[in-house]
Amino acid sequence: MKPTDTSNPDYFHKVVDCQWACPAHTPVPHYIRLIAQGDYSEAYLVNRASNVFPGILGRVCDRPCEPACRRTRVEEKPVAICRLKRVAADHRDDIRDRLPKKPATTNGKKIALIGAGPASFTVANDLAPLGYECTIFEKLDKPGGLMRSNIPAFRLPESVLMDELGYILDMGVELKLGTPVESMSALLKEGYDAVFVGTGAPKGKDLGLPGREESEANIHIGINWLEEVAFEHTDKIGENVLIIGVGNTAMDCCRSSLRLGAKDVKVMARKPRAFFKASEWELEDAEEENVDILVNHSPKAFVHENGKLTGMLFELMEYDLDEAGRITEQRVVGEKVIPCDDVILAIGQENAFPWIEDDAGIEFDKWSVPVVDKVTFESSRKGVFFGGDSAFGPLNIIWAVEHGHQAAISIHNHCRGLPLTDRLPDQINLSSAKMGMAEWRYSNAFDASSRRKMEHVELVDRFKKIDTEVELGFTAEQIATEVQRCLNCDVHTIFDAPLCEECDACIDVCPVECLTITPNAESEKELRDALSASDPTVDQDLFVSTALPLTGRVMIKDENICLHCGLCAERCPTSAWDMKEGVIKIHHAADQLEPTEA
Amino acid sequence: MTSFVKPKILRPNEPLNELGLARVDYEGNMSTLCAGCGHDSVTAAIVRAFYELSIPPHRALKISGIGCSSKTTSYFMNDSHGANTVHGRMPSFATGALSANNDLATIGISGDGDSLSIGLGQMAHAMRRNVNMLYMLENNGVYGLTKGQFSASADLGSLPKKGDPNEFSPIDPVAFALSVGATFVARSFSGDRNQLVSLIKAGLKHKGFAMIDVISPCVSFNDHKGSTKSYAHTYEFYSQAVHADYIAPSEEIVAAYDEGEVMPVELHDGGYIQLRKIDATYDPTDRGAAFNRVMASDNANEILTGLLYIDESQPDLHETQNMEARPLNQIPYAELNPGADKLRALQAEFR
Repeated sequence: MKPTDTSNPDYFHKVVDCQWACPAHTPVPHYIRLIAQGDYSEAYLVNRASNVFPGILGRVCDRPCEPACRRTRVEEKPVAICRLKRVAADHRDDIRDRLPKKPATTNGKKIALIGAGPASFTVANDLAPLGYECTIFEKLDKPGGLMRSNIPAFRLPESVLMDELGYILDMGVELKLGTPVESMSALLKEGYDAVFVGTGAPKGKDLGLPGREESEANIHIGINWLEEVAFEHTDKIGENVLIIGVGNTAMDCCRSSLRLGAKDVKVMARKPRAFFKASEWELEDAEEENVDILVNHSPKAFVHENGKLTGMLFELMEYDLDEAGRITEQRVVGEKVIPCDDVILAIGQENAFPWIEDDAGIEFDKWSVPVVDKVTFESSRKGVFFGGDSAFGPLNIIWAVEHGHQAAISIHNHCRGLPLTDRLPDQINLSSAKMGMAEWRYSNAFDASSRRKMEHVELVDRFKKIDTEVELGFTAEQIATEVQRCLNCDVHTIFDAPLCEECDACIDVCPVECLTITPNAESEKELRDALSASDPTVDQDLFVSTALPLTGRVMIKDENICLHCGLCAERCPTSAWDMKEGVIKIHHAADQLEPTEA
Repeated sequence: MTSFVKPKILRPNEPLNELGLARVDYEGNMSTLCAGCGHDSVTAAIVRAFYELSIPPHRALKISGIGCSSKTTSYFMNDSHGANTVHGRMPSFATGALSANNDLATIGISGDGDSLSIGLGQMAHAMRRNVNMLYMLENNGVYGLTKGQFSASADLGSLPKKGDPNEFSPIDPVAFALSVGATFVARSFSGDRNQLVSLIKAGLKHKGFAMIDVISPCVSFNDHKGSTKSYAHTYEFYSQAVHADYIAPSEEIVAAYDEGEVMPVELHDGGYIQLRKIDATYDPTDRGAAFNRVMASDNANEILTGLLYIDESQPDLHETQNMEARPLNQIPYAELNPGADKLRALQAEFR
């Protein structure tokens, strides 16, 4: 095989599994090291540069990083990345003087941002310091979008939300609350240089089963109901509540119900647990609050008496699964009525743009989703951009942030008359982590500690008020342990083949046997076979060196299982191996090049 | 001193041997040898061989003399029996231990200083008595612990790191072993892991004295230009004559090689050592031919490796001396110690 090309920044980026998995590419190991050093403010700012809302995301992020975490390849649980993000936010000093400032003068370009959610705020965060006049239009009376209306305050306190939105508003962003945009065509005539749509996916799906109309008063659409709760338009619910659906919205609905007076809350799932859409930790949190989750119940009808909902009829399902766990057969094996006072439907949400006219020049596909470029986030109308859930349907906050970053680059280019595709590619900077003999500027020794468990408020206390935050944050001892669980995947093993004298020291000292020296082969499979227990099903590359000087064999390394412990570099007599910290530069709007003079 | 520890980690798909043990279960303390030392590589090969043979660590004996090489018994199989003994006297210790218990898989680790200078007589007699052990001679041509003086295996004209070339004729452990009647004589190189592991497995299964002379470069004092025991020199002049694979009694011999190139040698446990001859003219069961070939290679500056001589027909010391087959610790006390009267009767025979 040809030697691995490590000059492409993606090669090392991919090795940092958490950062690679994060839509906004937050440099996770870097900020965890800063936390380990007690530099919470810097850790916060490093986070903020990528994901804009560390305090918010440290509580409610969907955490695509954690399932990807390399730690799961040597033990069960990943590093508590998300909770460490919260640590950085909780313990930061006042960092306002270290944030981008409102510029003294604007550049005269006006940007309209529709919807005051994470996507619009990210665009504003990236563009306002560059001199853009950003105006955010919000139909509700308070900003935050889904972060406010759909995430209950017991998971995300209002003060945390307002702090981080406030940082962006302080950059000179105008926020127009209670100002719904009712006509895109009208807005387009107001002379904005660019329009960004970040209105989310505001339409909760309904369930048109028999009895729906008759029981209307006690059937609620999940996201609408959560919004009513968040804005205190609803403050009670029946004693027996059924939640239909088992996604993260369902989890927020069932836990909110318990705080509004429900005594018995059941989450009804159509399929077995392996098919649940909710994150594992959200399921755990709900179950900790004694929410029942019933599987294999498929809703059939709403049961009502005298115009009032009394229960719900379910078909009891049975499924046959194949070896891969996919459903091959399903059948109804019975029916059951489960009595209840209220039903909350949490079965998904959709985009809805009733305010965008057909002749506004914005194309929609057959599912009424706007046609949006996946790189530039521009719609079919020049100068109109989409991001967040409104672009491609419901995702999550961290995706909305990344969409915002990318849309901001596009808007910046659009306003400067540059092609939207002129975007700076990612870069990587590698610098040696060596401090001396067996000394590195990162804590390289493998720490076998298990994941720290977040302490929660006692059950009896947490139901007293709806805005009592359940998670208490990590203690100092928990922080000290959890940071050491991070494997520092961004400190890369760098091999300099001409220096190697094939003594095998690195191979022997590697605790996971991810290295070997072998004659080169035609196929990756042959090389993998030379390794002990290489797992090609994991999407990680095989590093292949150039020919070694003494025998012409090659050094190969299985990037999948490497723990970045640096023992290969400590053991190498000729420094052919070195540990180098890789800083991946992911460019945002502020980094983009100025147009060159023609 | 090393300041780090190799953590014990099992991967999700960690391969296990017949005993359900992983390779890491055969490892020992963290090596305190210099980074890049050939001896660490030999240690890793020993670990792999014992792991692959599924030898229970508590059924193994590891012993050594004094020197860098002799430190290495600490670095594998923490659960085995073992001792660091007196400089050059490991063969005597092994002879005693095996007399008491001939059931243990026994590996002695020594170096060119420990074996070829102070311990030359000891090694010679263990060989001619055919003590049932594997004797690893980690050969780097210098005294590493005392900062790199030439040892008895240093080649004529070989350059030290500083000072004058070596003026004394070297002792070749392979030629020496052949001359005093060792029944399993091999040479290998710490840099050829696959060959070394095969030889260790074959040597452990050989009944009698097995010697492997392993070129194991000293990175600190004998890895420079002009050295004949450096990595670069060994890789350059390295040549393989015979490859030896141990085939367990339960396995079938797979003759995937041309006629004449493969030669099975039956072992006492019912298994085989399958010799794959890279040089078809070489007969590793002919002691005289082996001696000639080793001498010819020496003259040609060729580092001849592989299983160079094997004679499975000779009785080992235990058998020659008619010693008790059962380990002494498994013999009932009354039988082991028949009493004062029996002793007096025995003594009377010699009066």
